[in-house]
Amino acid sequence: MNSALDVRRLAMHKKRKRTNVIALALSLGAMGFGVFWLVWILFETIYLGIGGLTLATFTEMTPPPQGEGGGLANAIFGSFVMVGLATLIGTPIGILAGVYLAEYGQKTWLGGAVRFINDILLSAPSIVVGLFVYAMVVAKLKSFSGMAGALALALLVIPVVIRTTENMLSLVPNALREAAYALGTPKWKVIMTITLKAARAGVLTGILLALARVSGETAPLLFTALSNQFWTSDISAPMASLPVTIFKFAMSPYENWQKLAWAGVFLITMGVLLLNIVARVLFKNKH
Amino acid sequence: MSPQPQRRRVAPWADALFAALSQGAAWLTLLLMVGIIGSLIVGATPALKAFGLGFLTSAEWDPVQEKFGGLVMIYGTLASSFIALAIAVPVSFGIAIFLTELSPNWLKRPLGVAIELLAAVPSIVYGMWGLLVFGPILATYVQAPLQAVFTGVPFIGSLFTGPPVGIGILSAGIILAIMIIPFIASVMRDVFEVTPPMLKESAYGLGATTWEVVSRVVLPYTKTGVVGGIMLGLGRALGETMAVTFVIGNMNQLNSLSVFEAANSITSTLANEFAEAGEGLHQASLMYLGLVLFLITFVVLTISKLLLMRLKKSEGTRT
Amino acid sequence: MDAKIETPVGERSKLSVRNLNFFYGSFHALKNINLDIPENKVTAFIGPSGCGKSTLLRTLNRMFELYPEQRAEGQILLDGEDVLASKDDVSLIRAKIGMVFQKPTPFPMSIYDNIAFGVKLFETLPRVEMDERVEWALKKAALWGEVKDKLNQSGSGLSGGQQQRLCIARGIAIKPEVLLLDEPCSALDPISTGKIEELIHELKSDYTVAIVTHNMQQAARCSDYTAYMYLGDLIEFGPTAELFMKPKRKDTEDYITGRFG
Repeated sequence: MNSALDVRRLAMHKKRKRTNVIALALSLGAMGFGVFWLVWILFETIYLGIGGLTLATFTEMTPPPQGEGGGLANAIFGSFVMVGLATLIGTPIGILAGVYLAEYGQKTWLGGAVRFINDILLSAPSIVVGLFVYAMVVAKLKSFSGMAGALALALLVIPVVIRTTENMLSLVPNALREAAYALGTPKWKVIMTITLKAARAGVLTGILLALARVSGETAPLLFTALSNQFWTSDISAPMASLPVTIFKFAMSPYENWQKLAWAGVFLITMGVLLLNIVARVLFKNKH
Repeated sequence: MSPQPQRRRVAPWADALFAALSQGAAWLTLLLMVGIIGSLIVGATPALKAFGLGFLTSAEWDPVQEKFGGLVMIYGTLASSFIALAIAVPVSFGIAIFLTELSPNWLKRPLGVAIELLAAVPSIVYGMWGLLVFGPILATYVQAPLQAVFTGVPFIGSLFTGPPVGIGILSAGIILAIMIIPFIASVMRDVFEVTPPMLKESAYGLGATTWEVVSRVVLPYTKTGVVGGIMLGLGRALGETMAVTFVIGNMNQLNSLSVFEAANSITSTLANEFAEAGEGLHQASLMYLGLVLFLITFVVLTISKLLLMRLKKSEGTRT
Repeated sequence: MDAKIETPVGERSKLSVRNLNFFYGSFHALKNINLDIPENKVTAFIGPSGCGKSTLLRTLNRMFELYPEQRAEGQILLDGEDVLASKDDVSLIRAKIGMVFQKPTPFPMSIYDNIAFGVKLFETLPRVEMDERVEWALKKAALWGEVKDKLNQSGSGLSGGQQQRLCIARGIAIKPEVLLLDEPCSALDPISTGKIEELIHELKSDYTVAIVTHNMQQAARCSDYTAYMYLGDLIEFGPTAELFMKPKRKDTEDYITGRFG
């Protein structure tokens, strides 16, 4: 019976127990902290956003400051067009590059380099992408344009799609590929009709997530597509977008503009969250 | 035996074409990186020639006189990002511990989803919310009391001077913190989950408390990954535009070191001034700022990636 | 090991392996293999784990070429023509030498499309003929009765044994000459295993079958000829009855009687 040891252990134990409880309480607090902000932000967005939302928001153009009525129709349309174009341009490039990384370049230096660079591009400042497209397109053509904005967004779509496509393709078991090869299938067909098909839920999720990400992007549009008070479907001219319009309106002192900005923020947030949830459900169902 | 069917030959060029297309797409990514750096350098050249490295230490920003210096913006970027880290790291750590050790199983997924949704919210929402909802509250409940407490105190007091209107570096830092918490927390959680259960069980078996297992076993095992995750958060904070632009105050002068002062970050300056900047030294100086920002984030993100790769590699080695 | 060529007496050789050496990087996995696989018979490959039996099977249809660190030297003659040195597109070779794997691998598509997939690679058949081919293949694989009403359903909805028979049907549909089976029953329950063994017995009248198995009883039941391999060498090859009852080499006898491996 080593009672001296026991006594010491007991004394230490109290302290250890207390430290443990404090630490765990703090971590619970941290969790609550995180959830708290999410709830508060979402709540305010919904509350203030719904308040400014009417049918006119979707049908009328952006109004002059302190004007009556008005809506966000041109901004919504512009966003749709540019985000849609960006996804159309960026997705095939992203999938092809992801295919390269997973099916051709697993051990090559090019594969390693692209993987590394892609991860950096994924988290790089999006405003710098805007600067790049400005220098390449806007400066050369001497005009801001919806096309430039779409290009900037496409450059943000590509890294996301590359990352998810590569990850999803790597999950496809080799035995499936080999079974196709064993039948005499050429490599491109194995990839297109078997491997990509097996991974399609994940790849689609990646595209949806990319879409969600660029729908809310403001910075790259600030000096590529600029903005436009009026309706336009001409992508070679400046084009309004929801995020840039919100930026302009929210920073202004005019109340009608601020109300519209909240409505716009509400629309974007709901759209992005919806896309995320759809992507999640899609992914879960196929697995 | 049944007669062999006539077999047509498969088109050999299809394979080559497909391989070329996918490799080309991969090259595009590399070219993009090179292109970005290149175009920034080219765009910044007039300013590089005019100001050289002195640009980084000069706080003068005068478009009329064509004198530019990036110190204010660089300070704004770094200060707001570090405030963000100071808040986000402990909170993310707490969240990661909760998700991996404390949370009952049924709660893990919804909470994980909540954190990921926080990451999905576009930054402009944070910015607007920060300016119109959070700022005023910060002014009344945090800034005013802080000022009341610390006025007259040397050093610390000077951190809290200036009008407590809810904008400035502190506000930007707090909003950034909320934005990067989900990123850091996710990486930390993923990295904690990689710890072999047997390692943790051995510690528990010796009678360690949960906190002791986390701090003395899990954390040391995953430390490269944890640091990698923190760097990832830092990289994001440095490059964030909209959340910062709304609340940082858009002032190109730094009157004092107070975190209540309006200031500017590189990203907010670019957002506010680039579209109207005249071609010439103004635009070039803005490009110079963009170059500086890109280089800083590039370094930070590279370190982050290297650290995370190092953790992944050590996962594979078994002692 | 001796370079004696193992030739079954009185049989026509379908696949002749000559001086085959195989390397995983610098690891010498197959050492100077020489044997003749007889036509329209079932040849089993047995041996302890790591002896090279699966490796040998995967050289026969050049599956190893998918992996750059793997290489083969030597000759593999299919009806006299060297498969390894052939300038022909490897897909044409694989159309003649089919393979079924350890785990069932249904493609992510309907049962019908699974079978039609391989056929469409090489032939353009009108719908009616394709339907016939699919039915024929599924009947050959003893699966038709169980799936004829659900051809449009996904292949992954079938049980393990059914999926494996689907893979066999898929391989048969393109009318190969040789069928390579790599431990086809190892992931299946005893009843499905029994069905597949029956199937193998019927298939040999039309195809040359080579089967790798770690189950000696299965080899004894199903095959006409058996090859015993150990550490990359071909130790003994002969008619199954002889090899199991009166093995010529002591190593073979030790393995069969369970003294090791």
